[in-house]
Amino acid sequence: MQTKEMQSTAHLPQLAETRNPGMALDMDWVRAAQANTSAIERRAATLPGRRSVKKDYQAAWLLKAITCIDLTTLAGDDTAERVRRLCAKARQPVAPALLEAMDMDPITVGAVCVYHDMVETAAEALHGTGIPVAAVSTGFPAGLSPFHLRLAEIGESVKAGAAEIDIVISRRHVLSGDWQALYDEMRAFREACGDAHVKAILATGELGSLRNVARASLVCMMAGTDFIKTSTGKESVNATLPVSLVMIRAIRDYQTRTGIKVGYKPAGGISKAKDALVYLSLIKEELGDDWLDPHLFRFGASSLLGDIERQLEHHVSGAYSAGYRHAMG
Amino acid sequence: MSVKERFERMEYGPAPESAAEALAWLVDQGDRFGHFIDGAFTAPGAGFESRNPANGEVLATISQATQGDVDAAVAAARKAQPGWEKMRGSGRARYLYALARLLQKHARLFAVLETLDNGKPIRESRDIDLPLVQRHFYYHAGMAQLMEEVLPGRAALGVCGQIVPWNFPLLMLAWKVAPALAMGNTVVLKPAEYTSLTALLFADICRQAGLPKGVVNIVTGDGGVGEMIVRSDVDKIAFTGSTAVGRRIREVTAGSGKALTLELGGKSPYIVFDDADLDSAVEGLVDAIWFNQGQVCCAGSRLLVQESVAEAFHAKLRARMEKLRIGDPLDKSIDVGALVDRVQLHRVRDMVAANTAGEVFQAGDVPENGCYYPPTLITGLAPSDPLMQEEIFGPVLASCTFRTPEEAVQLANNTRYGLAATLWSENLNLALDIAPKLAAGVVWVNATNLFDAAAGFGGVRESGFGREGGWEGLAAYTKSISKVSALKHVTPFEGEGGPGGELDRTAKMYIGGKQARPDSGYSRAVRNRSGKLLGHVGQGSRKDVRNAVEAAAGAAGWAKTTGHLRAQILYYIAENLSARAAEFAARIDAMMPGRKGEKEVEASIERLFTYAAWADKYDGQVHGVPIRGVALAMKQPVGLIGALCPDESPLLGLVSVMAPAIAMGNRVVLTASEPYPLAATDFYQILDTSDLPGGVVNILTGAHEDLAAPMAAHLNLDAIWSFSSSDLSAVIEKASAGNLKRTWVNDGKARDWYANDSSEWLAQSTEIQNIWVPYGE
Repeated sequence: MQTKEMQSTAHLPQLAETRNPGMALDMDWVRAAQANTSAIERRAATLPGRRSVKKDYQAAWLLKAITCIDLTTLAGDDTAERVRRLCAKARQPVAPALLEAMDMDPITVGAVCVYHDMVETAAEALHGTGIPVAAVSTGFPAGLSPFHLRLAEIGESVKAGAAEIDIVISRRHVLSGDWQALYDEMRAFREACGDAHVKAILATGELGSLRNVARASLVCMMAGTDFIKTSTGKESVNATLPVSLVMIRAIRDYQTRTGIKVGYKPAGGISKAKDALVYLSLIKEELGDDWLDPHLFRFGASSLLGDIERQLEHHVSGAYSAGYRHAMG
Repeated sequence: MSVKERFERMEYGPAPESAAEALAWLVDQGDRFGHFIDGAFTAPGAGFESRNPANGEVLATISQATQGDVDAAVAAARKAQPGWEKMRGSGRARYLYALARLLQKHARLFAVLETLDNGKPIRESRDIDLPLVQRHFYYHAGMAQLMEEVLPGRAALGVCGQIVPWNFPLLMLAWKVAPALAMGNTVVLKPAEYTSLTALLFADICRQAGLPKGVVNIVTGDGGVGEMIVRSDVDKIAFTGSTAVGRRIREVTAGSGKALTLELGGKSPYIVFDDADLDSAVEGLVDAIWFNQGQVCCAGSRLLVQESVAEAFHAKLRARMEKLRIGDPLDKSIDVGALVDRVQLHRVRDMVAANTAGEVFQAGDVPENGCYYPPTLITGLAPSDPLMQEEIFGPVLASCTFRTPEEAVQLANNTRYGLAATLWSENLNLALDIAPKLAAGVVWVNATNLFDAAAGFGGVRESGFGREGGWEGLAAYTKSISKVSALKHVTPFEGEGGPGGELDRTAKMYIGGKQARPDSGYSRAVRNRSGKLLGHVGQGSRKDVRNAVEAAAGAAGWAKTTGHLRAQILYYIAENLSARAAEFAARIDAMMPGRKGEKEVEASIERLFTYAAWADKYDGQVHGVPIRGVALAMKQPVGLIGALCPDESPLLGLVSVMAPAIAMGNRVVLTASEPYPLAATDFYQILDTSDLPGGVVNILTGAHEDLAAPMAAHLNLDAIWSFSSSDLSAVIEKASAGNLKRTWVNDGKARDWYANDSSEWLAQSTEIQNIWVPYGE
């Protein structure tokens, strides 16, 4: 098993930041959380007009975005070869010539994200790169398999070499207001992960309201999650700026009260370089520069990388690029 | 710096909007501008430099208009007006539409020029000012199209003098020009001295639109030019600017018969309740007080936070302030640009420096050169601190806490101003209860600084009067087409005769639901045409005015009664008057020449019925603003109205003034017909027996000349009306400048008291308060 070795070189800086130990469920805090939809949408709608990143800065930001991508394949027809190709792209997401033109050292994506069955393949393919494998888990995407199997699934993925586990919460606990049940579930998932980092997927498109998103975010953080993540990619609505704003404000509040920095991962629907820049500026504005790093921020995306590559080539050459000029994953 | 280093540091870097096109336009114009009069630019004359406040560079030289220029502009507008009006709404709509399209086509040029001239961030001029400008012209193209259909009986005022400020140079031009043109007026507009350029570009656009010559005239210059316009032969003055200048304009135009709307200063409260989405409320403050460097008349500049969340809120706010980026207004990632001029910068600096109270927090890196001032928060202030009362007009937020919703309303209303208010709460009951209680023309719930052409904007108290935008804004640019004739002064009859053996009845004042002796201790005889003594009435004085206003102020509960209840009371008054119709008719006949008593009593009863009918039907509107939400245009009572009742119709006149006012929830201080006061004094008994709460209607007798000035000057009256046959319009309008109360005077013109013209009376009896309620879960 390469698990041990992989973790020692993984991107997640277990040493740099204190892992979120969680805290007792504070229902006063959870119930006081508010999220005014119209105001949040207004902030989200005006943000792209308030911040603009140009030229070299833009290239640097786009490279940063690449390092924060969880390059993902979650398809029923995934094969070992397909996953190996993806891992190759993860190791070398941008053509060396482009990096050279920008006088930039090699970079990698943040992680490769797969289903359990592909964890071992991915871990092998990424051996020695420092790129962690993330496994979606706990009956992803619906999270409705038996609880003990969901816990066991985490253990199996960790054993297979996953350094990060993306769990799905039981949406019904949120919708029925059973915050204690959500807390207990999250706690159990966190324990099952052991040293592997856990990302809590809230499936925000199914939580009914931004207020529920805020409350679920807080409960998962209290229960010790390392990251909160918007979506499985399978809901009808995935990551949006308003949802992101609510979740990162919850992260900010959690840090203010506990001193602990929890990470954020928007997933699904982010496919354009321009969107990535807006997300990064949102994070910079609302959370701060510490979060502009794969330790605390990831994009769950599959097609985003291609658009960023085209933009980078445009930056270098001055001519708009074509998709086929960039290696596929 | 390499990409690699930028990758490590993740800074924004510069993102400048190019000024090239705008500067090229200035060069094309020779960097010198004349005035735009009668469809052409005049040769540039002696003038002054217009500078970019961000770097002090000279942008162009602007001409200072002479009296001759102003006269020429007014003459051109006068000449053009009949043709413009006769073109009908549908013809004017096409020009307004063309202007809207041209503003859209040249949007970026306008935005960049505005930012160069004013110092506001390009994000704001591009994303807020220009879209609103275009929207205003589109919206009013529609109003022109519909005018004949929806405003029968209304006509253009004529030539409008319009003076706009430097904080939203083009937007304020749009707010003034679009409705004026739509309604068939022509205009002479003066932009502010610091910021004339976009108005001059707009003049260029007017030519491109083929607008008939003289319909829009633009003269440039300082306040002296503004005063020339105010004194010129125009039919209306529309002014946006400081309260001090507004007051001066009120005084200068007093008695001139010129229509006037004033949109003045503010110290708008921003209330945060403990159940609010605090992060969103913090973000709202960015748009409330750091929008346009806080140089916004409706800036949420007084933060009122509920005690229980104040500490957490202030901490969040300070953290947010640290993220504000201050600097080059043409940079697309700048939040706070430059103040408009060194004068303004020093004013803000001095005001903050003079403050010794509370705790001052300033954030952000401020460039050394240029007119920059850091975003500032001062916590721990009390209402008695000057910075909680005085308008700063800069990026400075003053903060104070409150304990209960009731206290929040008291603190919010503890101001001479009344322009806008913001409140944050997730509780619908609380928000919709508080909003109408705020003395403000505009209230934003869980949002701030939302504007749209479809919703009226304007204030109460010393924030001015009149509305711009929406259906309510059209009243400011139209007048009734009814013909008016001169009003003859009615003098009391003199004589020596005695009472003719009847038992003496001494009419007193009617104050707070009780009869009160005149404070002066003097009475005056009332006689009929043949000199026979009909009775005595008290000689009212300023002390009686004081007492009456105090009584009216005490009857505050009336404003909160339902329309249904007020209707019931008005019907009851009518019923009781009807029961004593013969007696009132006889009284009128005894006082006045001719025998019209019966007709007048009958008309009075009918008038009471009319306003009883209206009491529960003068509905507000829901404006179609482009957000997910509503803008509720609520018809609120004006408050305390003082009125000099007409002399010529002693009963009908009194009832005509009283009924619409109290039907809409106002309380009134009425001065009875001077020559024929006894119908009013008899009326006390009708009021006493009609369930009307004491203090809602107060009636004084005496010489109008003695009472007009103290009433008009009374700072606790919200409006003053005069239908007196004494020549008092000028006196009243001048004295009203003290608290800038609304005025409605007859300018020596007669009124047909038998005419049924409720719409004007109802409009004068109400303030439209626009309450914006965005919603969505």
